[in-house]
Amino acid sequence: MDAVLEARGITKRFPGTVALDAVDFTLARGEVHALLGENGAGKSTLIKCLTGAYARDGGTVLLDGRPVAPRSTADAQALGIGTVYQEVNLLPNLTVAENLMLGREPRRLGLTDRRGAGREAARLLADYDLDIDVTRPLDAYSVAVQQIVAIARAVSLSDKVLILDEPTASLDAAEVERLFGILRRLRGRGLAIVFISHFLDQVYAIADRLTVLRNGRNVGGGPAAGVDRLALVNMMLGHDLAQAETGHRARAPDDGPPAAQFRDFGRSGRVEPFDLTIRKGEIVGLAGLLGSGRTEMAEAIFGIDGSDSGTAEVGGTARRLDSPRAAIRAGMGFCPEDRKTDGIVADLGVRENMMLALQARRGWTRPVARREQDRMVADYIRRLDIRTPHAEKRVGELSGGNQQKVILARWLLMNPGFLILDEPTRGIDVGAHAEIIRVIEELCDRGMSLLVISSELDELAAYSDRVIVMRDRRQVAELAGAAVSTGAIVAAIAAAPQQRTAP
Amino acid sequence: MNARLLPFVVTCGIFVLAYGLAWLQFPAILSTRVIGNLLTDNAYLGIVAVGMTVVILSGGIDLSVGAVIAFSGVFIGVMLRDTGLHPYAVFVLLLLITTLFGLAMGAVIHLLEMPPFIVTLAGMFMARGAAYVLSIDSIPIRHPAIEAIQSAYWLMPGKGRLTLIAGLMLLTVAAVTLLIHRSPFGTRVMAVGGDARTARLLGVDVGRTTVAVYGLSGFCAGLAGVVFAVYTSAGYSLATVGTELDAIAAVVIGGTLLTGGSGFVPGTLVGVLIMGLIQTYIVFDGTLSSWWTKIVIGMLLFGFVALQKGLVQLRSRKGGGRRRARRQSAQGRAAA
Repeated sequence: MDAVLEARGITKRFPGTVALDAVDFTLARGEVHALLGENGAGKSTLIKCLTGAYARDGGTVLLDGRPVAPRSTADAQALGIGTVYQEVNLLPNLTVAENLMLGREPRRLGLTDRRGAGREAARLLADYDLDIDVTRPLDAYSVAVQQIVAIARAVSLSDKVLILDEPTASLDAAEVERLFGILRRLRGRGLAIVFISHFLDQVYAIADRLTVLRNGRNVGGGPAAGVDRLALVNMMLGHDLAQAETGHRARAPDDGPPAAQFRDFGRSGRVEPFDLTIRKGEIVGLAGLLGSGRTEMAEAIFGIDGSDSGTAEVGGTARRLDSPRAAIRAGMGFCPEDRKTDGIVADLGVRENMMLALQARRGWTRPVARREQDRMVADYIRRLDIRTPHAEKRVGELSGGNQQKVILARWLLMNPGFLILDEPTRGIDVGAHAEIIRVIEELCDRGMSLLVISSELDELAAYSDRVIVMRDRRQVAELAGAAVSTGAIVAAIAAAPQQRTAP
Repeated sequence: MNARLLPFVVTCGIFVLAYGLAWLQFPAILSTRVIGNLLTDNAYLGIVAVGMTVVILSGGIDLSVGAVIAFSGVFIGVMLRDTGLHPYAVFVLLLLITTLFGLAMGAVIHLLEMPPFIVTLAGMFMARGAAYVLSIDSIPIRHPAIEAIQSAYWLMPGKGRLTLIAGLMLLTVAAVTLLIHRSPFGTRVMAVGGDARTARLLGVDVGRTTVAVYGLSGFCAGLAGVVFAVYTSAGYSLATVGTELDAIAAVVIGGTLLTGGSGFVPGTLVGVLIMGLIQTYIVFDGTLSSWWTKIVIGMLLFGFVALQKGLVQLRSRKGGGRRRARRQSAQGRAAA
């Protein structure tokens, strides 16, 4: 194999953790190499070590057989390693030509030779079948076009290695195909391409070889044709099929009225239209790899990004869920995935955080009496067993599990009929895990309906009545009753896709 | 049409419309004499506003310029009174001082990662204080060379006078327009104003650009100070209080986005002229209080901020911007 980039024993430590533990990674000339792994597996750390954004703590990187140690992305660029990040790293307020030529503008009499720059930019784009007006601002074009412009810039500056970090995250099927056409052509020219994606279909469509990282280690890989989907998903999730299944919560199927019903509900570019019915007192689990559309589905339901197709019915009446306010009015609640940025207000106390949603619904002209507040807050601190010295303690100073419980309490105060929990147990310690799960089961016994998103498949399988599996932004399987098991979920995530509709 | 030029086109439209209305009432207002006076009376504001445009395009703000103009007048007055230096030598010395002052503020903003608002506010107090230290009284500025500048003009058709200082202002606008919209440096300024983090990733030297931008603004403020001193024949430490705000208003009315990265330098000139036109109209009318100028400018400013907000929203909706903005802000937090 003609290796262009060879990383050996790359180690990177952060205070308290080892982000990369002696990772080997080899990249051959003229190949597309997929780099896979769940959140926190070390993919972006590895990329940042290769491109000089981080200084590595150990290991060697050979480029064309010579050891290199880039100290900045510009350094790496000069060596021939170009990177395009998921969020297009160009300047939307500049023209396409300015973006392409920034830093190397042709000059005449000290001024920019705009015609020369335009010609040069058009020449750079000619290889990409992109017939656009380079004198227009970049934001006049779609994200897909911006992505291709970013790739054109990276390739024109660095001609050995191209690293693409989730390039397809915001593209539709046709745009992905167009991008792949370009990648194949670049591969044909001998460029080595690193492709990071969560979309397994895309990985199999384009990658020649793959490498899987988990918890900072290289856990396997090889030619893409030699690794089947099930093995790949197992490698990524670190789930051993032989492992004993945790017991599934036995409950009689409930024939009660639906608490919420969604038909053809979706948001283009975010999540494909789906049907979903949740009965009273039912826990529906939502499983899938990162980027499979789980969170997007929850956000569409709660009106965060709005939906553009289908109908919603909550509590028996049709609703327009076009904003979180509308969703809250319909009796819904949502505990977001990123507690720190979307959930708690760290500088406010426990009481103030808990009262937020209720007070918002009542409006500021009808404040909840302080005595009433204290009573409710004390009640929930006791019921959810929130460990806080007093109700006025800053929430930012509590542990993750207790923060999560405060947010839960915030919604429970509203007495919602339907609650969405996005990764309720992420980032909290094992003891708190069990408590959160106990609370979830208790809520459901009280007749609340829950939609729970979780990457902890064992937990999800344990408490869910039904599990919906997402892949590539669409619902691909639904498991109910006895069929709910960790193994079945993994198999559904890994299953080969049905006939793809769009080329 | 390019949506980015829309605010500029609107500004020009408002200017032509306002001039037309004033002309219907006072036909004499449409003459090169009035236009010549308009340019001369606002020459110092035009120069300082152009410097402010560059700062705002880069995503910053410079509150020190009004105080720097006052300092310049006092400095010129004191130097001419107490030393035997020729005015031209004093001008060069002054421009050197104000440029260095701007560069220093830029360096502090970049190196200490301090908000430009606070740094230049401190600069404002320092410059105003320095003016007071030099002299509390108004100092007359008299010198044959300065009188020569004052009386230098080009007679336009229609007997209007394009004075030297008005010409200097137009020249500054033209030079900075070329610098910002036609030179690699201008592209860097726009890049930094658009998104400093991305600009750095694309290889822009953000620090050098920032320092240069404030240096340029300091130079423009010094030049405006020279023009103002020549125009008023005096140096007074209480002069041009609040001129930095007039300049910011002219920049915004001229169609430059206050958050940086988008705008058009000649628009600022039109913004200055609109403000001058209102003043001229009030003089023609003779019964209105001159403070109406401020009220009209306030309303215009309001209208323009609303227009820009609308345009920005239109653009981000097209680009599927919300999620992106959210992610970017999250990244910003992570970077910080």
